[in-house]
Amino acid sequence: MAATPDTLNLPASTAPQTKQSRTVAQQQRVWGWIFLSPWIIGFLTFTLFPMIASFIFSFTNFQIGEPIQFVGFENWRNLFVDPSTSQSLLITFRFALVSLPIAIGLPLLLATILNSKMVYGKPILRVLFYTPYMVPAISSIFIWQSFLNGQTGWLNRLLRTIGIADPPNWLFDPSVITFGLVMLGVWGVGNAMLTMLATMQGVPTELYEAADVDGANSLVKWTRITLPMISPVILYNIVLTVIGLMQYFLPAYVLTNTTRSNPETNFFNLNLYRTAFQFGQMGFASAQAWFIFIIALILTLVIFGTSNRWVYYSGDK
Amino acid sequence: MATLTSARPSSSDAVNTAPYYSRQLRQFMLKALVTLLTCMLLLVYLLPLGNMMLSSISTREQLSQSASDSVIPSEPVTYNYQGTDYPLYSVPTPDGVIHTWALVEDRRNSSDFIDPANPEAGLIRWEGSWRTLQPERTFAPAWDNFGIAWEGIKFPRVFMNTLIISVIGMIGTLLSCICVAYAFARFPLPGKNILFVILIGTIILPSQVTLIPTYAFFATIGWTNTMLPLIVPHFFANAYNVFLLRQFFLTLPRELDEAAMIDGAGPFKVLTSVIIPQSWPAIIAVGVFHFVWSWNDFFGPLIYLIGKPDLQPISVAVQVFNFSYGPHPELIQATSLMALVLPLIIFFLAQRFFMRGVVITGVEK
Repeated sequence: MAATPDTLNLPASTAPQTKQSRTVAQQQRVWGWIFLSPWIIGFLTFTLFPMIASFIFSFTNFQIGEPIQFVGFENWRNLFVDPSTSQSLLITFRFALVSLPIAIGLPLLLATILNSKMVYGKPILRVLFYTPYMVPAISSIFIWQSFLNGQTGWLNRLLRTIGIADPPNWLFDPSVITFGLVMLGVWGVGNAMLTMLATMQGVPTELYEAADVDGANSLVKWTRITLPMISPVILYNIVLTVIGLMQYFLPAYVLTNTTRSNPETNFFNLNLYRTAFQFGQMGFASAQAWFIFIIALILTLVIFGTSNRWVYYSGDK
Repeated sequence: MATLTSARPSSSDAVNTAPYYSRQLRQFMLKALVTLLTCMLLLVYLLPLGNMMLSSISTREQLSQSASDSVIPSEPVTYNYQGTDYPLYSVPTPDGVIHTWALVEDRRNSSDFIDPANPEAGLIRWEGSWRTLQPERTFAPAWDNFGIAWEGIKFPRVFMNTLIISVIGMIGTLLSCICVAYAFARFPLPGKNILFVILIGTIILPSQVTLIPTYAFFATIGWTNTMLPLIVPHFFANAYNVFLLRQFFLTLPRELDEAAMIDGAGPFKVLTSVIIPQSWPAIIAVGVFHFVWSWNDFFGPLIYLIGKPDLQPISVAVQVFNFSYGPHPELIQATSLMALVLPLIIFFLAQRFFMRGVVITGVEK
């Protein structure tokens, strides 16, 4: 496109100049490919080729340093036979179901507060609510582990102070560990909060003024204007959260390695990590990776499929 | 009941007759109330940070003591009387005064105290059980924890490792992403739109699906147990940062590019002397993104550097240290604090660029 103004200014009839402009366009294209090449090379080397390779590996008994043998659909069949695979998938789904409403609802609440006219000190509140998102994951996990400690953690001290005599041991008791991990995840809502807030701030004020003329109250304005106007960002955050939840790994890995092992935290990706890097079964792990990839893809497509019922795109988008 | 129902109409009358200026007052009160509730929510949200900070300066004994104790790190105050240290207590006397006395001789029904303000008066007999008394404690942070943690995770070395990985990776990300974003923003390429969709598609690609072949590839070329797998891929651009930079480049007026080209500047010269000087906010955002991301990265170093403790960055070092020092919660908290200080400082310094970057990548897609 950059060459267009030059070509337009040239009288089209003069042959040498047309030729010159063509070489300018060609040169532009060559430069374009040169500038694009890092990504092209990176995409082929670190994305496309590994994806194809892991698909092929999933039909082999590949182990690092040993000859590869094709085993047909054995790995794929094992996915449905191996109890730990199905169990870990169930754990991942259950956790995702509890986490998703909070991962969307909490940032929505915070963004609504920070967007309202009803609060002082919004810039500083915005930074402080975002700050935990900047804490490195490993620190954040250990900080929450201490906070959720059954005896000395501040959460249970607080619960005891307000009269709950015997609060649960959040990260050890199998019946509540899901909620413990969900709490551990609430520090991750900063990004969603910020994107929702920025979108809310971009909603045209005329819409609210028109609603005021019609006598709409705040709740009606929020559900009829704010929510539809930010629905594309909610969709984007739901998709990213679901894909992130399908890859849930680090807290489960750190907590089960530093505290006693717990079958309740055998998430799909942790199970995959063990298959690949502790048992060395790269072929079976590749099948697991493709399995969760296909599941994440289906979930993404389903979410996008439902989106035309609830996501509102204004203008030409 | 009868009185309640009869009172109701009169109270609603009172609301109706309220003068106009109370509306403003009510507005102010409401705003103050919402702010207060938001601050309480924020306090709860940041409470784990307080827990971490106070735990990191407590002693292990204090953290393993009964949960009813104070969370403030403290130690008993003593008074030295005739060569022996005696603990201080708050002692109420029948005349209603509360004294701070040192317990010298404890017995079940009456105990002997000494008054540090007036030791010449000798022992004071006090009737009652000394166990009911409140011991005097003073704030006593265990700063030693940080020294032990510093040594334990070999902080200078892991800090350097993390810095090397994140800074070289950051340079790679900036170089490659600026070039790629420039290509997407300014050059007429066939199939550019499809390539851009593919680029954005890689954001939602779960990383597991490329993990094993990538690991096998690095293992085959002998890069495992080196920092290279954590650095080199960043020289090949990534979707988030390309997207951010491209969006920013698109907002820059093309007239300046064209003016430079008329002056004889080639595409590379346009990039370095026209585009980059106008794009510092976006470039800083990308740099900070990468730095914080790299400081945070755990899985990559875990699988590639598991056999090389000397090369491990701080995230893995903290986890390995805490795995081996399991029952030392105060050291775990101290290392956690040490790992988060730098990214948090950088975030606060570059906070405005950073947040704008988040908004560009998250909202405009």
